[in-house]
Amino acid sequence: MIIFNYLVFPGFLFAIIIGLLTVWYDRKITARVQWRVGPPWYQGFVDILKLFTKETLIPSTAKKTGFVLAPFVGFSTALLVAAMLGVAGLYPKMSFTGDIIVLWYLLMVPSIAIIFGSSASGNPISQVGSSREMKLFMSYELPFVIILFSIAAKAHTLSIGGIIEYQRVNGANLWSLSGIIGFIVALISTQAKLGLVPFDIPEAEGEIASGIILEYSGSLLAILKLMKALLLYTLPLFLITIFLGGMNLQGLGILWFIIEYLVIVFIISIIRNTNPRLRIDQAMNLFWAILTPLATLSGILSYVGL
Amino acid sequence: MSLKMKAFKKSIWVYHVACSPCNNCDIEILDLLTPRFDVERFGILLVGSPRHADALLVTGMVNRLSKPRLIEVYLQTPRPRVVFAFGSCGISTGIFAGGYNTEGPVDKVIHEVDPEGVIVYVPGCPPRPEAMIDAIVKALKAI
Repeated sequence: MIIFNYLVFPGFLFAIIIGLLTVWYDRKITARVQWRVGPPWYQGFVDILKLFTKETLIPSTAKKTGFVLAPFVGFSTALLVAAMLGVAGLYPKMSFTGDIIVLWYLLMVPSIAIIFGSSASGNPISQVGSSREMKLFMSYELPFVIILFSIAAKAHTLSIGGIIEYQRVNGANLWSLSGIIGFIVALISTQAKLGLVPFDIPEAEGEIASGIILEYSGSLLAILKLMKALLLYTLPLFLITIFLGGMNLQGLGILWFIIEYLVIVFIISIIRNTNPRLRIDQAMNLFWAILTPLATLSGILSYVGL
Repeated sequence: MSLKMKAFKKSIWVYHVACSPCNNCDIEILDLLTPRFDVERFGILLVGSPRHADALLVTGMVNRLSKPRLIEVYLQTPRPRVVFAFGSCGISTGIFAGGYNTEGPVDKVIHEVDPEGVIVYVPGCPPRPEAMIDAIVKALKAI
């Protein structure tokens, strides 16, 4: 049963399917905002299938091992996070102490893999993207981890299951002053983790020609796209888990979970469609000078008990 | 028709190569992305790198400076790949035929490096957006 949970529902297969459907949902919202019709629902699947059938080119200047390995590392960790979060939502008692730290580390790995892969590609533009990604990575992790630990301190536990159970007893974390501030900060960090506008600085198509993924083609690009799709499923799920009581699959809970998920992705998509791209120094300023103090404030408030 | 071919037809990613055009064709290509024509309905996307592309949109006649660049970009595109020669200049060098820096129409340049290369001709100066969509549909039927 537990193997079925990890491999099919709510583990690997479910995460990939929902991730690709979410990519379509995001693109459809973008199209509707721009008054267009937008792609059909199977677009994500078709894109991945097509990329897998295409030729994979490896540039002659690339360091082959790192270049080929990086997408697989990022993809497999994203898959693992999705499965761990899903299983923790189904059986809160099964998670172990400290798995919130494990999840936090695993959520970092896709960004590190992308930095690694793009600097191994041997393309100067790709390396500009890689250095930008590194700076962005260092800026958004700080407020994110402060929020994470303020939530853990509030629930007096370091396990995802414990946080979910705390919220089932005391109500969702979002419905408190510290929770609202924390949710806003975590949502903006999520936007940066996903690499969407206004934080698509490392990918910036207009400036550095899709920077970090510039040299990837064929199946390697497909793996990277799958990784992005998985993150688009995993990070909203992570927000739901630590702020809204996790996925509750009994009775009306499943409907409530779907609504929460769609609304969070909708907010992310609307932010992405209504904002211009920030410069890297503006992004660092935003995260370190504005969001980190806000995150600290939320931590203090949750310690006081608000 | 295999699943592979179906997937290819439903998701064509396009890289735009401007080989010394007068920009008329380029403006008409941008029309395809606007709400009126919206080619994303058919899964067509503009991408930022030839490595991600399935099709190259070449506008303008190829001159001495842009010829090596066009060939380089063509070889960087992973197979299977399609080239769209846009407008009178792309098809036949148009009013620039016989010019001192003209290196020939797009198909001639591409066939120098890849005799098997698939070329789709879209006539007009500039082609109307409807003509471009029609060309894509006909090309996909022929593949």
